[in-house]
Amino acid sequence: MEAIITWLSAIIPGMPPATARLIVYALYSAALAFMAPVALVVGYTYMERKVLARIQDRIGPNMAGPLGLLQGFADAVKMLTKEDVTPTNADRTIFNIAPALATIAVLLVFAVLPVAPGVIGSDLPMGVIYVIAVGGFGELAVLMAGWASNNKFALLSAFRVVAQLIAYEIPMVLTILTVTLVAGSMKMGDIVAAQDVPFIVTLPVAFLIFFLASIAEIGRSPFDLLEAESEIVAGFHVEYSGMKFAFFFIGEYMHLFVAAGVAATLFLGGWRGPGASPDTILGVVLGFIYFSIKTNILVFVMMWVRGTLFRIRIDHLLDLNWKFLVPVSLLTMLAVALVLKLPVLGSPILQWGGLLLANIIVAAVSLAAVVFAARRSQSAALRGVAGVDS
Amino acid sequence: LSSDFLFVGILLIFSILLPVAGLGFAWVIRPKKPNPIKQSTYECGIETIGEAWVQFKAQYYIYALVFVIFDVEAVFLLPWAVAYDRLPLFALVEAFIFIFILVLALVYAWRKGALRWS
Repeated sequence: MEAIITWLSAIIPGMPPATARLIVYALYSAALAFMAPVALVVGYTYMERKVLARIQDRIGPNMAGPLGLLQGFADAVKMLTKEDVTPTNADRTIFNIAPALATIAVLLVFAVLPVAPGVIGSDLPMGVIYVIAVGGFGELAVLMAGWASNNKFALLSAFRVVAQLIAYEIPMVLTILTVTLVAGSMKMGDIVAAQDVPFIVTLPVAFLIFFLASIAEIGRSPFDLLEAESEIVAGFHVEYSGMKFAFFFIGEYMHLFVAAGVAATLFLGGWRGPGASPDTILGVVLGFIYFSIKTNILVFVMMWVRGTLFRIRIDHLLDLNWKFLVPVSLLTMLAVALVLKLPVLGSPILQWGGLLLANIIVAAVSLAAVVFAARRSQSAALRGVAGVDS
Repeated sequence: LSSDFLFVGILLIFSILLPVAGLGFAWVIRPKKPNPIKQSTYECGIETIGEAWVQFKAQYYIYALVFVIFDVEAVFLLPWAVAYDRLPLFALVEAFIFIFILVLALVYAWRKGALRWS
């Protein structure tokens, strides 16, 4: 980005660097805001339907275009020409703002996502907090939609947002804290630079917790209680139709990419890989390819999980968070902090080993605790004793 | 710092433009044939009985309160994490004490049954 700005102000005589910066920023923003949604939504809806179809032993979309590749465009045209129905009882202003907010909140996260070496909108000093904070607007959009619809199904969904989405933010923030501890910075760029060994190797427990919390945050199966079809029809977007529904859909599929992208940046080394560097064009392209591969692997895993697991109950969902993920992520963070201050681990390799060992110990301890708690509650249930809180 | 947010501001303008353009275009080309039945609340084909804007169950507030405890904690811990390699060993002890107090709060909420879904 910086290189393009200098280049642009050099080739056009009389252009001040500030103007060049503005132009480059505007072009990159326009690309993110107008091209990314189309590409990601069309691509991921097709991919998701094909992947789920394979898992369920079906063919999936195959009529629109070769191999059904034009299915996404057909859907887009259908959405555009659908009649928009706003219920008379709804709170119109909030009802109309909510789908737009759902999309805007996700788009804004792209600003701090390093998609290729040197290609990052703005490497904010508080990058990871920005991701969490802007992500919070998406939750607000769901709550607004559920509340403004004045529909009981939508309202139940809005209740669940309060319980689920905010709850899973805690383990997410705590694992980000762990990453920040090791990287020594909240900048996304610095976190990528710190990963000579990707954090998934040194902090596997933190990665698993972060990934789980990400799936819950974007409200995908098995955590899709917000829109549990069999219980509350479609949840918060039951009253939405046409393009307004489409914007929730766009928001959801971009969120899928963004969540996987943030996970890839924080734990899989982002754009790093052999040959990737911000200095040459080839290096930048390679970096973008590595980033895309890592992100799409995570997206695929999310689809795989969706096709494999069933929806979990809300009390199990909350128990999993408060009684398992939060304590384990706290424990991981403390263990990592302890390892980083150990004076014997002078060399980086020893430190990586120490971090990995600490993670394995944390995993073993927490799994043992779960098994112990499960056995205790099981034997209590067998004896008919009530009140044991697992 | 303000120049850091320049890009965020520009991106915000463009990302507001996207839904405005999308919804505006759909508004132009979509059919408009409203009728009272179509615009009634979606529920089993009969009129909804009573308001949907009811009071939230108190349980949700308890979860939200526990959430606030931990979110504020994270805000305090993030600067600590950034400066961690420059801090003396005592910073670790301080963090342990800080988190210990928070864990006490979690254990208290757990024991009180605030984390049990009823």
